[in-house]
Amino acid sequence: MQANAQMVTQGESAPVLELRNVSRFFGPVQVLFDLNFDLRPGEVHALIGENGAGKSTTMKIMTGYIGASEGEIILDGKPVVFHSAEDAENEGVELIHQEFNLAEQLTVEENVFLGRELKKGFLLDQKTMRDRTRDLLAQLETNVSPRARISEISVPEMQMVEISKALSRNARVLIMDEPTAALTSAEAEVLFKQVDRLRAEGVAILYTSHKLEEVKRIADRVTVLRDGRHVLTAPASDLSEEDMATAMVGREMSNLFPPKRTEAGDVVLEVANMAVPRYVENASFTLRRGEILGIAGLIGSGRTELMEGLVGARAATGTVTLNGEPLRIRNVDDARKAGIVYLTEDRKARGLLLNQGMRQNLTLLALSQFSNVLIDGKAEEAALDKAITEFDIRAPYRDVKVGNLSGGNQQKLLLAKTMLADPDIVIIDEPTRGIDIGTKQQIYEFIHRLAGEGKSIIVISSEMAEVIGLANRVMVMRLGRVAGEVSGEDVNEDTIVKLAMGITSGTNNEV
Amino acid sequence: MKFDLKVWGPIIALIVLCVAGAFMNENFLSAANITNVLSRSAFIGIIAVGMTFVITTGGLDLSVGSMAAFIAGVMILIMNYLIPSMGVTVGVVLIGMAAALALGFVAGLLNGLLITKMRIEAFIVTLGGLGIFRSLVTWLADGGTISLDFDMRTFYRPVYYDGILGISWPIIVFAIVAILGEIAMRYTAYGRHCAAIGSNEQVARYSAVHVDRVRTATYVILGVLVGVATIMYVPRLGSASSSTGVLWELEAIAAVIIGGTTLQGGFGRVWGTVIGVLILSLIGNLLNLTDYVSPYLNGAIQGVIIILAVVLQREKRASR
Repeated sequence: MQANAQMVTQGESAPVLELRNVSRFFGPVQVLFDLNFDLRPGEVHALIGENGAGKSTTMKIMTGYIGASEGEIILDGKPVVFHSAEDAENEGVELIHQEFNLAEQLTVEENVFLGRELKKGFLLDQKTMRDRTRDLLAQLETNVSPRARISEISVPEMQMVEISKALSRNARVLIMDEPTAALTSAEAEVLFKQVDRLRAEGVAILYTSHKLEEVKRIADRVTVLRDGRHVLTAPASDLSEEDMATAMVGREMSNLFPPKRTEAGDVVLEVANMAVPRYVENASFTLRRGEILGIAGLIGSGRTELMEGLVGARAATGTVTLNGEPLRIRNVDDARKAGIVYLTEDRKARGLLLNQGMRQNLTLLALSQFSNVLIDGKAEEAALDKAITEFDIRAPYRDVKVGNLSGGNQQKLLLAKTMLADPDIVIIDEPTRGIDIGTKQQIYEFIHRLAGEGKSIIVISSEMAEVIGLANRVMVMRLGRVAGEVSGEDVNEDTIVKLAMGITSGTNNEV
Repeated sequence: MKFDLKVWGPIIALIVLCVAGAFMNENFLSAANITNVLSRSAFIGIIAVGMTFVITTGGLDLSVGSMAAFIAGVMILIMNYLIPSMGVTVGVVLIGMAAALALGFVAGLLNGLLITKMRIEAFIVTLGGLGIFRSLVTWLADGGTISLDFDMRTFYRPVYYDGILGISWPIIVFAIVAILGEIAMRYTAYGRHCAAIGSNEQVARYSAVHVDRVRTATYVILGVLVGVATIMYVPRLGSASSSTGVLWELEAIAAVIIGGTTLQGGFGRVWGTVIGVLILSLIGNLLNLTDYVSPYLNGAIQGVIIILAVVLQREKRASR
């Protein structure tokens, strides 16, 4: 449904900031398609979509962090070009990052005026800055001293400091990237009150969140993105949470995925009462031979941490049984020796050595296979040849630094590296994050082939379609716990989204 | 293969230095002079090989100069203590050597464990070590000099001054250490793991590398090599004092950097370090032999070379 639901709320007021037919490419990959989006003074406009739908890109374009490849940005009815975030800030367009941009060792007032310090002659005008900061915080009903260091204050207080920083620059447009992600519900209440107040003062607010009840409650209008495309824009009052969820995930899944495997062998891995301090409590699950188990849940639901705990990359407690034998995993090497490997979601920070070549990266995990006393360079080269063919890795030249490969080729190299350890159980976290559709398909086929060879696979993904397209059984996590498990016919968006979002529903049988 | 300044830079610098030196002073390339220079640079060289592993892994050790002085002092005290009962014998020398190696091992292990297990920055731990060892040797010497028994000094002397086929022992030992180091860095899993940790500790950890173990081992290797260097150093002067080994740590680090190892870790080459050591000591020697520039400016010239080496070897980092 191409939306012409573009309707006028609260009548009249013309948009203050508007995107017209905006597209954005990263290299050859298009991530935003011909998007129209606008913000009006005194409204909260929620932008929602799955991870990778294009929300971040949209926000970054609106605030000058990146440019639009095509299309226009209209400010107060006139086209503008933001060359940098500073350009946008000078026009009163402020982005509040999900990860705060605060200098931890500086005080609140120093942060609020960072880079725009008020001066009296050569010296800082500390008194004025302190008074202004105090006023701003008082407006936000935040009881924190302007002289407190950021490292001493709580997360919601930091959020308020970020907002005061934006307000101190007379923000007219406030773009809030998942502001409640780090807040408890009580803290979120305080934030909502401030959002209401800012709206009443005529600030235009773009609000993103994965929590649909929040969107329903606070937004005047809602725009849904999917795969970089506009799905609909409608008044929040016209949409139920379920409508939003359906619009977010409802996609045609043609033949991106190979036909599902339904047969599975004996239980190979049994995890009981696994806990990862601060992230996961009491998680239990089993895995069968030749099975693809999907793990769904919002970012921050503890999926990654659970698996990192299992493979010894994080401290964890719980019992692990492999082929009927108890197994103790203290570090990643123990897991590797037991035939369990984990492909990280963060290939740049945890998966690959970006400033080294493909060969060094490929053999790092399984280096013991290649070295007696000395490393067998010929065997390594042969392994690289094989990996390049088997995984279709396309490198401009053979000793290229891995940081210069495309995301898709990096991911294939990471897969090749992991498979070199000849594992029985492969845990893949976000197998296709940030890679193009063609490579995605290759990776899906590869995952299937592995399962066909009798390996057991766990796929963690934020892309609902991926979990559903690959897995015959899906475990859903929410807030650090296993929220439920679905299999067979029940593996569909509706059931999973509801479990992941914690929307109670009477009709689904949760296991 | 395309010309790569990063690979050839240090070698070219060394060649240029030798040619220039030969023109300035005919004795510069004489066997006697070269042997002298190499023997003197062997201590720093042996330590610098160990330092290459520490820096490649993303660490740093500032304590090595003081550690060498401390080990030398203790080694001499032990030998002097044993002479009345055991006489001036090979046995005493061997015990002294074993003590030096053991002390180096323990000191390195302490550094390594404080850094990996207690999670204290290498700079802090080894800066502390620098002060502690220096102070300990001054205390042991009571502010003066710890001297080896005179007869023993004569007995032990050949370890520095003699050799095989005209090549003195320090040079032979330095060569062996360098060759083993080069092999370990380039062709063993251990060297690969050091570079991996230096590039990105998280990636190494997720790739089943025992990060703490590998990192601790770099400090232990360096400690033992400091012991080896001390074994070669003691017979040269036969004494240790609070001024023994002063600034060795900086010379060793400078040699490593000139050789092309990156200070932030992730890439190291032992042969480069050897070249770095040679460049530094040949410059000092050349200034002493010629009178174009005052030898007092030695430090300034070395400083310029270090900075120049880093500028020339800088590269655009792979995009993150």
